[in-house]
Amino acid sequence: MYDVIIIGAGPAGISASLYTQRANLKTLIIYKKTEISALEKANEVSNYYGFEKGIKGKELYGKGIKQAVNLGVEILEEEVTNIKQEGNQFKVETLKNKFDSKTVILATGNKRNKPNIKGIELFEGKGISYCAICDGFFFKNKNVAIIGNGDYAISETMDLQNIVKSITILTNGQEMPEYRAENVDIVKKEIDEVIGEKRVEKIKFKDNSIIKVDGIFVAQGVAGSTEFARKVGAKIQNDKIVVNDAMETNIKGLYACGDCTGGLYQISKAVYEGTKAGLQVINYLMSF
Amino acid sequence: MELNLSLENFQKEVLNSNDPVLVDFYADWCGPCKMMAPVVESLAEELKGKAKVGKINVDQNQDLAIEYNVMSIPTLIIFKDGKETKRFVGVRDKNEILNEF
Repeated sequence: MYDVIIIGAGPAGISASLYTQRANLKTLIIYKKTEISALEKANEVSNYYGFEKGIKGKELYGKGIKQAVNLGVEILEEEVTNIKQEGNQFKVETLKNKFDSKTVILATGNKRNKPNIKGIELFEGKGISYCAICDGFFFKNKNVAIIGNGDYAISETMDLQNIVKSITILTNGQEMPEYRAENVDIVKKEIDEVIGEKRVEKIKFKDNSIIKVDGIFVAQGVAGSTEFARKVGAKIQNDKIVVNDAMETNIKGLYACGDCTGGLYQISKAVYEGTKAGLQVINYLMSF
Repeated sequence: MELNLSLENFQKEVLNSNDPVLVDFYADWCGPCKMMAPVVESLAEELKGKAKVGKINVDQNQDLAIEYNVMSIPTLIIFKDGKETKRFVGVRDKNEILNEF
């Protein structure tokens, strides 16, 4: 059992870990290495305190992770595919592992995983879903599609396999690791549009072919903070996680910090929020 | 207190209601629904005299969920004069819903 699991290893997540680790809390950071973060993309950071000649974003990112490792923080490079709330605790899942933790800090940055496909927003809640475990029930013995191409899509597929009749994974033009299961098909064509009258009925591809589906689950790329927040029932507004001054979401023990809470997309702001989240976790765990 | 709605009383309590009705489609196993439950409960208090608030367990009332194309929960629908006027999907702020009344 961990005291805190931090998802994401950018300035927000690492800063949070520095405080929780130094307070002797059992801390685990899980992050996906292949996912290039906003900080790594920054070629030259010259507006952050203390670097007289500026620093490359990638270098600063690497230094942050090393700093946490040197302090003794456990770091795991795996893709988190699900977070569940169980009583007062959380279960954090990757395809290979499951971890229990008293608290979770979401700090995966501001990735927008909503595919830019015509009709997706129109049918949200009417056949378009972002959570297999929440909405699978409505698609018992139906034919559904999953938009995605990685571990997250596979994890959502596994959640649906025993409920629905058939699953078509749509990679929307992307490559995907090998995945075989009885009622699962993989289609790699690019998607043009989601069609329906009152609810999702069909998907049209760019080559003008059409398939009929009853529902579509969106699980594109690597799941980010917003997806996890939505699954456990945290408040989201305009795709940003709603937090109070102490970085607490509306769920006890669940925190969010950095770009995923909106506001300034700056390292200083991520560090500040990570610090607050870390300190608040310490306060919260001391109250027991 | 919210009204417990089902196929039996839906016509009378929602479709034939003179007041607007806020209907919460939920299930016991749905995490986000649990987060919304206290919000819906306090809406029932605050909207007293202005609107009715009811809840539908989708496990027990699949027909109603299908009829209103509810495919994601929690879904909150406002009915005025028997017709849907507004729909909220997912966890929402109380004020956002209150503003519709």
